[in-house]
Amino acid sequence: MDYSYYPGCSLHSTGVAYDDSMRATFAALDANLVDLDDWNCCGATAYMSVKETVACSVSARNLALAEQAGLDLVAPCSACWCVLNKTLKFMHELPELRQNVEDALQEAGLTCNFETAVRHPLEVLITDFGAEGLAARQKRSLNGLRVACYYGCQIVRPALATEDDAEIPMALDELLAGLGATPVPYPPKARCCGGMLVATFEDVAAKLCDELVDWARVENADCIVTTCPLCHANLELLQEKAASGNGAERAPLPIAYFTQLIGLALGCTPEQVGLDHNFVPLTHEFPAFTEAPSHAG
Amino acid sequence: MPSATGMAGLPAEPGVFGKTERELHEAFLTEVDRIPGGERLRRCIQCGTCTGSCPVSYAMDLTPREVVAYFRAGAIDPILRSRTIWVCASCYQCTTRCPANIKITELLYALKRVSYDKQVFPHRFPVYVLSETFVQQIKKYGRNHEAELLRKYFLRTGIRRLFKQVPLASKLWQRGRIRLRPQRIKGIDGLRRIIARAEQFDRPPMHEKEAGRTREVGYEAIG
Repeated sequence: MDYSYYPGCSLHSTGVAYDDSMRATFAALDANLVDLDDWNCCGATAYMSVKETVACSVSARNLALAEQAGLDLVAPCSACWCVLNKTLKFMHELPELRQNVEDALQEAGLTCNFETAVRHPLEVLITDFGAEGLAARQKRSLNGLRVACYYGCQIVRPALATEDDAEIPMALDELLAGLGATPVPYPPKARCCGGMLVATFEDVAAKLCDELVDWARVENADCIVTTCPLCHANLELLQEKAASGNGAERAPLPIAYFTQLIGLALGCTPEQVGLDHNFVPLTHEFPAFTEAPSHAG
Repeated sequence: MPSATGMAGLPAEPGVFGKTERELHEAFLTEVDRIPGGERLRRCIQCGTCTGSCPVSYAMDLTPREVVAYFRAGAIDPILRSRTIWVCASCYQCTTRCPANIKITELLYALKRVSYDKQVFPHRFPVYVLSETFVQQIKKYGRNHEAELLRKYFLRTGIRRLFKQVPLASKLWQRGRIRLRPQRIKGIDGLRRIIARAEQFDRPPMHEKEAGRTREVGYEAIG
């Protein structure tokens, strides 16, 4: 199966482990991720919130390129996924804005019908491969790994990326449970990590992340599993800061991308899924990741 | 003749709004009208579900519920000067739970745009600087170069803030998560033309004099 792939800016720097694990996981599933040629920034909330036409036009350039490529567009960064879908929605609901955006695209000789599906990999794995499809290709069990499945906001609200409950999403829990992991009860699974507040109002973001980590600890989770590079970075960086600030030494809770765990379950090596890029690589908590995969499943 | 406008655009006489307040109200209504379902604002029952659901309402000076109440009372200026619109992390919890289906997050976006156009915030205000620095990056490269964005942002909001990030930056570096060289897209010229055209449709800042303040971080500064 072929997909257009939109990594987004974060996956080329702080979120490089997500990029590695996306490519490894899809390769293990014999699916082809074709990089969207010459993609640009999605527009992001920093832009979207203040300059609407500019934000939508910047975003629309990617949609125009994806339309030329003719495949579904997979956007792993939850914020990119949300912004690109928001642009699609606006283009269908606001004719005046759409006219202006189309005018702007013309400047680069681009046109767009805004019909390309923008999909999050969590939904792609569930819809196109399914728990059974993944299990059939499983080479390493996740038995015994206690996971706190954290969805964050942008793939849950304002629109859901998967067919799920907006208050208590379970899609990721079920997917990982199907591979042998034990999802722990995790009430804040769709709460906000603070997003870009980490740069503007850091104390506010720190409080949100503290709560997310505390909940996971209460349930003795081995790690928090994320679907977004910004959630991942915030949870890691703010734990690191808290540890250096108050002197209370507590080992940081590992934060892993869901594609890292799924990739490992499908037999990828820790290097292939970029485990070393994480602040805590999980290999100590779960030594089975370093062993050679078996076919037992 | 005494001005009809008192301090900060508040009415000098009860019920009589000055020019500034009227302008703000109109600008805001224009924004709200553009949001699909924006008219639902009038249906607010002041239940407080938005405030109760908001994970950051504790850090706001006006809660989301109060923002709607202030707006309906015609007091726009206090909202535009509040921390609220900038503390919102766009998590949409208020929007999905609102029993009257009011799109509160979009409302705050609209308020942000009016505040941005009117430049109603302190000099070197972090959210504004971050946003401007971000926009500059996109015009320069077409992509966000995280390392450069954060370095410039922290430098512009105070050099001490930059120094405080050094330990974390070095940790990210050790983990191979900092890209030194920015990537410029091939179609950067086309993207710049798209942005230049799109900018003509977005409302420019209202006051030329105050807008001058943005020039130090504006398009002209880009090499």
